[in-house]
Amino acid sequence: MKKFIVKRLGLALVSLFLLSMTIFLLMRITGDPAVLLAEPGASAADLDAIRKQFGLDQPLWTQYASFITHLVRGDFGQSFYYRTDVFELYLSRLPASLLLASAAMTFSLLVGIPTGIIAAVRVNQWWDSAGKLFALLGLSMPSFWVGLIMILFFSVYLGWLPSSGSGTVLHLVMPAIALGWVFAATHMRLTRSSMLEVLGSEYVKLARLKGLPEALVISKHAFKNALIPVLTLAGINLVIMVNVAVVVETVFAWPGVGRLLYEGIAFRDFPVVQATILLGGVMIVVVNLLVDILYAVIDPRIRYES
Amino acid sequence: MNGSAANSRSVSAILTLPWRLAIFRSEGFPLIPISILTTVLLVAIFANALAPHNPEVGVLGDRFRPPAWEANGTVDHLLGTDHLGRDVLSRLIFGARISVIVGLLVIIVAGFVGTALGIISGYLGRWVDQIIMRLTDAWLALPVITFAIFLAAIVGPGVSNIIIILAAVYWTRYARIIRGEVLSVRERDFVRLAVVAGCSKWTIMRKHILPNVINSAIVLATLQLGQAIIAEATLSFLGVGVPPPQPAWGLMLADGKKGLMAGYWWLTVLPGSCIMLMVLSANLLGDWLRVKFDPQLRQL
Repeated sequence: MKKFIVKRLGLALVSLFLLSMTIFLLMRITGDPAVLLAEPGASAADLDAIRKQFGLDQPLWTQYASFITHLVRGDFGQSFYYRTDVFELYLSRLPASLLLASAAMTFSLLVGIPTGIIAAVRVNQWWDSAGKLFALLGLSMPSFWVGLIMILFFSVYLGWLPSSGSGTVLHLVMPAIALGWVFAATHMRLTRSSMLEVLGSEYVKLARLKGLPEALVISKHAFKNALIPVLTLAGINLVIMVNVAVVVETVFAWPGVGRLLYEGIAFRDFPVVQATILLGGVMIVVVNLLVDILYAVIDPRIRYES
Repeated sequence: MNGSAANSRSVSAILTLPWRLAIFRSEGFPLIPISILTTVLLVAIFANALAPHNPEVGVLGDRFRPPAWEANGTVDHLLGTDHLGRDVLSRLIFGARISVIVGLLVIIVAGFVGTALGIISGYLGRWVDQIIMRLTDAWLALPVITFAIFLAAIVGPGVSNIIIILAAVYWTRYARIIRGEVLSVRERDFVRLAVVAGCSKWTIMRKHILPNVINSAIVLATLQLGQAIIAEATLSFLGVGVPPPQPAWGLMLADGKKGLMAGYWWLTVLPGSCIMLMVLSANLLGDWLRVKFDPQLRQL
């Protein structure tokens, strides 16, 4: 077990190293990073100051070392637009993002799990085909367009929901659905396939042989076991939601991390862009690591395989 | 065999004559998606001839004109005009061209690079495999859209930049899957025989491995066509994709937001429907190809 954790931890660290390396090198290759890191219209003296601050006059390896040591200390530089520490700015936006992601996750599970179960129980029947079409539609509509269409109907025509901003539960409804829509489709697909697998297993056959009513077999024996992979994916997806919410947050002016990224682009606030991307990557690598370890704890077979 | 059975068989043979190609006879042939994709392709090719107006120039006096069937609409602008008085239909037609070019080139470039690296990684193994796979892991850690936004923020907007950026993001998906397939193909007898026969590694990878994994790459490419189109629309919507005044569908949605609160629905509904139709068709086609040619990829 210890060996497995050490190995997975090592792989995660390598991933983080390559990720930071990629971002570092891409910034150097594509031009003078001082121009990216300086405020638009900065003078030559300002550029020189920034080159000195980030050691851009040093050799590449020294530069990378200082880049990393800054990051590890949580020093992502100053935002040009907000004039504050970028890391603090990120943390101040994170709660709003988590709130939106949780709401979107609730929506996606409430829609995805029941439809997935119905599709599996009625496999290859009308319900299954309808579910498949729903899943394909979910994957075919850009989330921001779903948001725009909802604004058109529920804010402009019906006047039921506020079109943007935050503060009340009503503000949360449309962004959560727009963001959760695609994930509802993937959760439905996984629930269906996982349920089909469980329904074909020995213990479900036994439960049926005992003469249990079908409803009880599904709700008590199949459902709980089929849920494990879905909830695991949901855990990873929650973190991914925080990171892909940028378009939805832009449409609804939701003050989360995604909106911060969009403002970073719009105001050419590069330290903000860089920090948002890096922190997002770190979050995803860490969650993947935790899920892997959790799985190995639950299921010893995984430990021995590698 | 009696006469009537032979007779009915020849009748059915005549009935199915136009569908002689095996592909057409198979169950669930996605006729509608293929027709839609073909139409989009033709529209993209002949955009110059089809578009009634210049997509990039508008008449300010004709701003926010609704589609022809609504009050105040004119036949001159069948699907209305946008905030600069540009013809929506013409912009949609030329937008198809951008979506087709970006979508196709992204899956071709990403597919080529990803398949090549996947084969090299799977066949050569050892440290080459380690380097390529660890890099793939690291790049896969970032969601497509955030990674693409980061790259776009560095290199700036433009159609060719978008293609390079999305290809740089998407190749990892091919590399991962193709490598997995190569690992099993390389153990097969004909590959071992080729090694014994003295073929060079390059020849084996090109002549013996590639033909056996190309199906998966094509299926994957079809499935990613839709995702690439959505990604381009998203980047354009955020202002880091196709630069204005070019008529990309994502950009039209961003412009359409200006008239959204006033209820100018056509600026939001129409470009989005085009994206949805095209992506849905690509997904349906990809799904069918997957089941047809590559049962192993079904769980994707």
